[in-house]
Amino acid sequence: MEPEFYTPLGAGDTPKSRSARVSRRSFIKGIIATGATVASGSMLGTLAGCSAETSSTTGIAGTVERLITLNINGKSRRVDVLPQETLAMTLRYKLGLTGTKLGCDRGECGACTILIDDVPTYSCSTLSHGVRGRQVTTIEGLQAANGDLHPVQQAFVDELGPQCGFCTPGQVLSAVGLLKVNPSPTRDEARRAMSGNLCRCGAYDHYLNSVMRAARTS
Amino acid sequence: MTKDMMRGFDLYQPANLENALNLTARLGKDAWLMAGGNDSLDWFKDRVKNPVALIDLLAIDSLKGIRETAEGIEIGATTTLTEIANSDLVKSRYNLLAEAASHVASPQIRNVSTIGGNLCQDARCWYYRAGLDCYRAGGKKCYADTPEGMNREHCLFAADRCVAVSPSDTAPALVALDATCLIHGPEGQRSVKAEDFFIGPAVDIERMTVLEENEILTAIQIPDRWAGANFYFEKVADRNTWDFALVNVACAMRLNNGTIEDVRIACSGVECVPKRLTVVESVVKGSPVDDEIAALAGKSAIRGATPLNYNHFKIPLLENLVKRAIRNS
Repeated sequence: MEPEFYTPLGAGDTPKSRSARVSRRSFIKGIIATGATVASGSMLGTLAGCSAETSSTTGIAGTVERLITLNINGKSRRVDVLPQETLAMTLRYKLGLTGTKLGCDRGECGACTILIDDVPTYSCSTLSHGVRGRQVTTIEGLQAANGDLHPVQQAFVDELGPQCGFCTPGQVLSAVGLLKVNPSPTRDEARRAMSGNLCRCGAYDHYLNSVMRAARTS
Repeated sequence: MTKDMMRGFDLYQPANLENALNLTARLGKDAWLMAGGNDSLDWFKDRVKNPVALIDLLAIDSLKGIRETAEGIEIGATTTLTEIANSDLVKSRYNLLAEAASHVASPQIRNVSTIGGNLCQDARCWYYRAGLDCYRAGGKKCYADTPEGMNREHCLFAADRCVAVSPSDTAPALVALDATCLIHGPEGQRSVKAEDFFIGPAVDIERMTVLEENEILTAIQIPDRWAGANFYFEKVADRNTWDFALVNVACAMRLNNGTIEDVRIACSGVECVPKRLTVVESVVKGSPVDDEIAALAGKSAIRGATPLNYNHFKIPLLENLVKRAIRNS
């Protein structure tokens, strides 16, 4: 697949955000991206001494290379990643995949849940360099090519699962991860599998109804 | 969120143990070993600990997986807690460990957290975590053990300047199973019994384990001796998900016609190390399992407990957990 290069200004995954008229949203996103570029520039000093060493992916001891390819939602994405960058940061601020939310940034809320090789993981507590060669699935990667919602997303809509919606992408991916290994969970198994996702609206029961509906319909 | 950006470090992802050991030797004090990262990244985001170089151990395949050996089983140090909790081998022979692993934190954390990381994690005292200059951080005071200090989660036993506790759920299970920790260093490998792997503040106040800075915990070995024994694990926390144990208990027991032939019992959350309750073991050995011996076991578990201002509740909690463990193993 054709690798896509990171473009700092107007970066976005959907064609809509690339419209000629500069919306407030894309303007703000542009500012954020510029900030990230400036910040990463200032980090170059600390890395300069290591650039001569070979990448460790081949098994030779050395620091990692900055420009790496990540597999996100089935696409190869070339992206410049700092050694200390978390996957949530890369997804949101380098690749424009803002469906992944950052709540606590400490692995204590579940809003940033994504799938790595189909396993639910907190992207705020995962280094981007650690997912090279793995399949990353975010909320943007769930819908079918024709735009149909994923059965789990549809079930969340049908059961009015979310309230404010901020934790929803994480909740959906936890549910997708559960149904991949256990297609017909009991309500208790579902509750346990969803226990790593907080919902401050307290819509837990609605979410559980959604997961159980998704298990029936998918 | 922006204040949570980690400071820059060099990242190394060695593909084998030899390279990792070479790196620790070369980088010395500058190196920080990381597995799942759930403990490490919190330190970095809070900018309390700022390593120059990070060595990510997850690319080393030989540290992963659960193997059967002649003496029992061997679990690679970077095997995830989910893999352990779901392993048929572990469940059928050492269900105590599977139970303990399934009670750690949240599903997503268990999916990446490793058994080695769960054993080597640092103390969770929030004064220490906040970056204050406490004894454990090389300073000259303890903020938790003061009249105003919030010490509800702190220790009952063996306080020595520091009152932090062992936060691990798998550690007491491994102590009860008489496991051995396999450690690789520049001079080759050494093994340490799980109960000797952890050290309290009286031994070294700035470390939780015997690991030297150039050593790597590579595997956990569990002997056959306790395979298929009667087990009991219970964790009490304020919240069922995420929270660290206030107190947890892990017990392995061999019964012979209702009489306790052999037993090992340990708990976390009450001392800086997972506390093996040897007094309880000698009290109950040779007795039939009944309410009377369980009550006696509970009483003997709490002897010598010295509560702080806010953690008196841990004394009856520990007593009751031990009582249940002996009665229900």
